[in-house]
Amino acid sequence: MPLELPRVEWATILPETILVVGAMLILLGGALLRRRLPAWVWTVASIIIAAGAMVSAWDLWRRVSHNHQGGAHTAIANAVVVDGFSVYFALLTCGAVILAALMADSYLRRERLNAPEFHVLMLLSASGALLMAAANDLIVIFLGLEVLSIALYVLAGFAQRRAVSREAAMKYFVLGAFSSAIFLYGVALAYGATGSTNLGEIAAFLRASVSTHAVLLGAFAFLIVGLGFKIAAVPFHMWTPDVYQGSPTPVTGFMAAVAKAAGFAALLRIFFSTFGTHRLDWQPLIWALAVLSILVGSVLAVVQTDVKRMLAYSSISHAGYILIGLQAATVRGLAGSLFYLLAYTFMVLGSFGIVTLVARDGDARTGLDAYRGLGQRRPGLALVFTVLLLAQAGVPLTSGFLAKFYVISAAVEAHSYALAIIAMLAAVIAAFFYLRVIVVMYMAGDEADTADADPIRVPFGAGLSLAVSVVATVIIGTILAGPAFDFARHASILRL
Amino acid sequence: MSVPGAWYLTLAALLFTIGAVGLLVRRNVLVMFMCVELMLNAVNLTFVTYARMLNDIGGQAVVFFTLVVAAAEVVVGLGIIVSIYRRRPGATADDITLLKG
Repeated sequence: MPLELPRVEWATILPETILVVGAMLILLGGALLRRRLPAWVWTVASIIIAAGAMVSAWDLWRRVSHNHQGGAHTAIANAVVVDGFSVYFALLTCGAVILAALMADSYLRRERLNAPEFHVLMLLSASGALLMAAANDLIVIFLGLEVLSIALYVLAGFAQRRAVSREAAMKYFVLGAFSSAIFLYGVALAYGATGSTNLGEIAAFLRASVSTHAVLLGAFAFLIVGLGFKIAAVPFHMWTPDVYQGSPTPVTGFMAAVAKAAGFAALLRIFFSTFGTHRLDWQPLIWALAVLSILVGSVLAVVQTDVKRMLAYSSISHAGYILIGLQAATVRGLAGSLFYLLAYTFMVLGSFGIVTLVARDGDARTGLDAYRGLGQRRPGLALVFTVLLLAQAGVPLTSGFLAKFYVISAAVEAHSYALAIIAMLAAVIAAFFYLRVIVVMYMAGDEADTADADPIRVPFGAGLSLAVSVVATVIIGTILAGPAFDFARHASILRL
Repeated sequence: MSVPGAWYLTLAALLFTIGAVGLLVRRNVLVMFMCVELMLNAVNLTFVTYARMLNDIGGQAVVFFTLVVAAAEVVVGLGIIVSIYRRRPGATADDITLLKG
C-alpha cells in the first residue's frame, strides 16, 4: 500500500521555520567559530531572526485580512491553521523575543554567561509558542507546548552558577512535566469522546451531538488543568513565584510574556472555538479560575518584600483578568483577552527589564530595599518603572486601563456581574502594592551609600528595550488605542 | 475471549493516578521523574485503547509523538537534576528550599 504524505505548504509555517533555522545557525556558528565573538553579535543575529519571522508573519496577516487572497485556511493535512489569531500571536511573540534579547544582551555580559546558547534557546522556545497558536490539532498543540517548555526549563537554569537558578529550573521542570502529562491525558480523553484530535473535526462532532459525555467533561477538566499550569492560574500557580524569582531576570520577563501568551493562545482556541458549543459545561470552571487568580494574586502580592516575587503574583492576577474574556465566551470577550495580552506583554517585559538593571551583579538585589531612593539616583529609570507599574495597576491613559476595561465590559455584556465586580474590587487591592513600590522609589535614599560603589548602569540595548516597552504602553493606552483594539478584534476571527 | 476496552481504560486511569499521586507524595526527585514517565505511558495506553475501539490509526500514531517528547524531557530533566545534585549529597526535594515566601 503506498503511503500518501500530506503536502507541506511551507509558506504557512514560514515564521516558525525562520525561528528554528535561525536558532540552528546561531548554534552552529557558536560551536564552529574558533574565535569568541562579542556577545552583541549574537544579540543582533537573534533580533534579525525574530524580525524576519515578524515580517513573514506580517505577510501572512495581509493575506488573511484580504479574503480574496485565500483568507484564513488550514494547511499541512489540517494540522496547522493560518488565521488572524495565529498571526497575532506570532507577531506578539516575535516582538517579545526582540525586547527580551535586547534586555538579555547586557545581562549575559554582566553575568558572564554564554550568549549564543541563550539566544538559541529563546528562539526555539518562541517557535514552540508560534506553533501552539497556529495549531489546528491537539497533538500539534502538545508538541508546541513541549518545544516551548523544554527550552524554557533550560533557560530557567541558565545562570547555572547560582543555586536559586538551578532550583528554579528544577521546580519548573517537575511541575511543567506534570502539567504536560495532565494536558496530554485531556487530549486522550477528548480523542476518546470525539474520535479525533483535529480541532475542526472535534468541533464538527460536537455540533452534531448535544449531550455531554462524562469522558468529554473529563477532557475539559484535564485540558484546563494542564493549560492552567502554563498560564499560572490559581490553584495551579504554586510554581510561579519560586520560578520567577529564581530564574535569570530577562528569562523571567520572557517566560511571563511568551509562555503565558502561548498558554492563552491554546486555551482560547480550544475552548472558545472548538468547545464553544459546550460552553455551559466549561464556563463555571473558567469562572472559578478567574476569580481565584485575581483574588489570590492580588492579596498575596501585597505581602511580598521581593519585587520579582511581587511581579510574579501580579502576573498571576493578570492571568485571572485575561480569563474573564474567555469566561464571557463572546467575540468581544475574546478581543478583550487578546488586547489584554498585547498590553501585558509590554508591561511585563518592561517591568522585568527594570528589575534586571536594578538587581546588578549576581542578579541579587531584587528586594524592595534596592528600590529605595531610586527616584533620586536614577530619575529616568524610576519614571519608566512608575509608568509601567501604574499601567499594571490599570490607571487611565495607559494600555493597562483599557485592557481591564475591555475584559470587564465584556463580562458585563455577558451578564457575569459578580465576576466584573470582583475584578474591579481586586484592582483596588492590586493598586496598593504597585503604589507601594512607587512610594519606596521616591522616598529619601537609604541605599545611596552603597550605590556609589556599584551604580546602576543602563546599557544601550536595555535602555532601548525599556523605551519601546514604556512608549508602547502609553501610546496603546492613548493615541493608538483604536487601531490596537481593531488589531485585536481582527485577530479574534478564528477559523473553525 | 477478548478483554473489553473499558478494562484497559481503567488500568490506564489507575496508572495515571498512581503516577500523579506518586509525584505529589514522593520526595526523591528521580522517583518523581519516574512518576511523570508513568503518567505519560498511561496516556499512551489510553490512546492505543481508544484507537482500537474507534478503529482509527491516528491514536496509535500519537504514541510515537509522546515517546519522542518523553525522551526529550528525559534529556533536559536529567541534565537539570545532575546540575543540582553534583553539588549536594542526596536527591531529596525537601532539601531544595532556597526559594520560598
